Amino acid sequence: MSRRRIAPSAFVWLLLAAAYFLVPLIATFLFSLRSNQTGKCCTLHAYGWVFHNGQFWQTLRLSAELALETIVISLAIFVPTVYWVHLKVPRLRVVIGFLALIPFVVPPIVLVVGLLNLYKGTPSWFYAQPWGFLATAYVILAFPYMFFSLDAGFRAIDVHTLTEASQSLGASWPTTLLRVVVPNIRTAALAGSFLALAIVMGEFTIASLAAFKTFPIELEYVNETQAYPAAAATLLSFGITWAAMLSLLFIGRKRGQRAPFLAGAR
Amino acid sequence: MHGALRPDGVSGRRRLSLAWLGTVPFFAYALMFLFLPAGEVLVGAFKGAHGGWSTTNLRELVHQPYIGAYKTSIEVSGVTALLGGATGLAIAYAAIREGTPRWIRSILTTFSGVAANFGGIPLAFAWIATIGTLGIVTTFLKNQLGFNMYQHGFTLFSKTGVEIVYMYFQIPLMVLVIAPAIDGLRREWREAAANLGANSWQFWRHVALPVLMPSILGSVILLFGNAFAAYATAYALTSGTVNLVPVVIGAYYTGNVFNNPHLGQALALGMFVVLAVMMVIYIPLQRRAARWAR
Amino acid sequence: MPYLELKDLHRDFGTVKALDGIEVALGQGEFLSLLGPSGCGKTTALRLVAGFDRPDAGSIVVDGKDVTHVSPSKRDMGMVFQAYSLFPNMTASQNVEFGLKIRGRSRGDRHKRVGELLELVGLGHAGDRYPHQLSGGMQQRVALARALAIEPRVLLLDEPLSALDAKVRVQLREEIRRIQLELGITTLYVTHDQEEALSISDHVAVMYRGRIEQMGSPAEMYSAPATPFVAEFIGTMNRLEATVVDGASGMVDHGGVTLTVNAARDRQRGDRVLVLVRPETLELAPANGDGGPNTLVGDVVTQTFLGPVTRLKIVGRGADLIADVPTAKAATLPVGTRVTATLPAEGARLLELTDEPRPEIPEEPGPGDP
Repeated sequence: MSRRRIAPSAFVWLLLAAAYFLVPLIATFLFSLRSNQTGKCCTLHAYGWVFHNGQFWQTLRLSAELALETIVISLAIFVPTVYWVHLKVPRLRVVIGFLALIPFVVPPIVLVVGLLNLYKGTPSWFYAQPWGFLATAYVILAFPYMFFSLDAGFRAIDVHTLTEASQSLGASWPTTLLRVVVPNIRTAALAGSFLALAIVMGEFTIASLAAFKTFPIELEYVNETQAYPAAAATLLSFGITWAAMLSLLFIGRKRGQRAPFLAGAR
Repeated sequence: MHGALRPDGVSGRRRLSLAWLGTVPFFAYALMFLFLPAGEVLVGAFKGAHGGWSTTNLRELVHQPYIGAYKTSIEVSGVTALLGGATGLAIAYAAIREGTPRWIRSILTTFSGVAANFGGIPLAFAWIATIGTLGIVTTFLKNQLGFNMYQHGFTLFSKTGVEIVYMYFQIPLMVLVIAPAIDGLRREWREAAANLGANSWQFWRHVALPVLMPSILGSVILLFGNAFAAYATAYALTSGTVNLVPVVIGAYYTGNVFNNPHLGQALALGMFVVLAVMMVIYIPLQRRAARWAR
Repeated sequence: MPYLELKDLHRDFGTVKALDGIEVALGQGEFLSLLGPSGCGKTTALRLVAGFDRPDAGSIVVDGKDVTHVSPSKRDMGMVFQAYSLFPNMTASQNVEFGLKIRGRSRGDRHKRVGELLELVGLGHAGDRYPHQLSGGMQQRVALARALAIEPRVLLLDEPLSALDAKVRVQLREEIRRIQLELGITTLYVTHDQEEALSISDHVAVMYRGRIEQMGSPAEMYSAPATPFVAEFIGTMNRLEATVVDGASGMVDHGGVTLTVNAARDRQRGDRVLVLVRPETLELAPANGDGGPNTLVGDVVTQTFLGPVTRLKIVGRGADLIADVPTAKAATLPVGTRVTATLPAEGARLLELTDEPRPEIPEEPGPGDP
């Protein structure tokens, strides 16, 4: 039915949803404006504290770098793998898809326990460094999201035709992969990357148990010690994830999503 | 002549194994950093404090406080999965159906993407800032309306509080996961149903819900697993006062309770079993849902 | 008394006038096709009749009653959609039965009717199959049975065959017509395929840009197009721009050649006209000498094999023609032959030549396009 107005029940649900989701954010914002002295509104002191806090920036940078490293390693492993599977061994797609569900069954809290035990004896440049141990674990956390994104992307293109066309024109495997295949799954790769970014920027469990000082860990520390700056930091964290998601939306749109369907005008 | 007509057995075999080789880097990585650690935990659950095989730790699980932890975890996960599932479905449908402006759906999708990942510490803190003891809403109700929630027995730092907070990422997750299924509800079905005389309720009862059911069930299971495995939020909110399995495991590895790591592993095995059962139900449901999406 | 009337229907989408004053009067039991290219408004019109949309102005009257503001579930019309309309969670029988179930008919009644209808569409054996187990053609038959089950007053079909293979299309359209005649149900059919419209309808309305360009019987539409668009859209047409020389005898001048066209008899000398000639009405013969009256001379440039007929393209001074000849004859006029093409004086149509640009016929979306 081509209604020109929103259905009343839809309106109610959306209003309730907006209330439930926006109230905590607004509350956090108001909370962050409270001053230390009076416990009431209104001061930007908390934000000042955050922005001048060296640890805050340091850990934020560490998390961002970890995210980048995770994305690079993930793409380097998963893009060729998914491509290869789609091209040569389609039966493995189902297998890998099943494996991608394992991180849901072996959640971070369990995984970190195993990882810590297993790699206890490895050299400290790996075990004790976030760029080693943590990034490695994060690639596993990002794996399901990366896989499902890339898989969808590869399913949408005709891998065989592209590859055969490229090879018939004389390109080698690396050239085909980098210059023909990758540009065509760019959106999917970006989608997976942004999801990985969000995961790494918010990951607490593994970092905590493995005793690394990442951004979420710092947030928790601030949370326990300084209430109002914690609120400010929370909003910042939310803002970062929001920015990542918006970028995702723009990229998706640029790649020509379906235009809005004009009802009936055929 | 024969070689031309029949596929060459030898090179065919070689070609196939070469193809499998291409996936070795991936499997090697998964082996080293997923299977082996997971296996280590699961096997370790069967080990005793003195190094040999033992089921002592596993048998501990049926006693308090561990069995209580499982019960609480399952309860919290179940409640948030069902409530989150129903609410998420209603909200997603409200945003996607005809008549609702398109920008609402875009915003909802983006926000859900953020909120579904917005867990852990920041989320816990946002709710503390809202309905914690000194939260904005708490003080508003107390000062403006004279109603003190905490005096009436409510506290954020309880099982109920955890459930309220979990909904913040459960509902968006449901919205994200069920949206494609709702998209798959072809407009022609609704119109054909109306054309044949059905009203909204009849359409839902006879067509939409049956078609959506596998997706809904699958999504609810996903939500259950998501809540069950959550660690950071519960930790930040309750610092261990609410008895949840991930929190108990975490306590074993961050606290001073290092004298029996195998108990922690036994707890992890318990989690794995619960989640594995969920997965076993989930996979055939997904396949069924995909069949009707054609 | 017309059974189905569309009175001055208007529908705008933003600044686009999807329907710009549509008038239709259809008698009971008659079959009308709305024919036109993408975007002409035919589907918009159909959806207004079905009730899925409301017109901005105008009304829809069925059997004397105004239904413009009646909800679609109460209009008692049966609709067959282009594709995907069968409920996937129900078997073919259950789909057909749906409308009856909603109306509260008894189980026995429903079973009987479903059986009858499935037989009618030739699917008596396939009742227990699910839509995904049926081919496209079978799905549309079930959709038709489902729409007919409720004994609707009007049957509406929205390009029901567009998504099907060519052979299935021809088969199914004949069956739709047969069933429609058997049941005597008033039918409104939307399509962009002119062969479809011309072959099965009582009346055809050609639509373009929200207006009905011409409405009439299939034969009328083919042989007597009233506007340049209709002439272009239906079949292939040779267009010859000419100036009237002598209105009394019907002589016109086309590129220096004088032709006699009966349709030009009422024109003034100096009028600019468009002479329309169907390819199959041209008489071709190898040129020896300069031919006879009403003849254009040119060389065969291409031959396109179309099965029973071969299409020849002829280019010459003042002649740029398409002629359809029986394939056997085409063999005697190979590419390069100089031929004379004779226009029968009474076989041509005449239209005003205006300065309006030649109508552009939008391309139909291909399979798999959104």
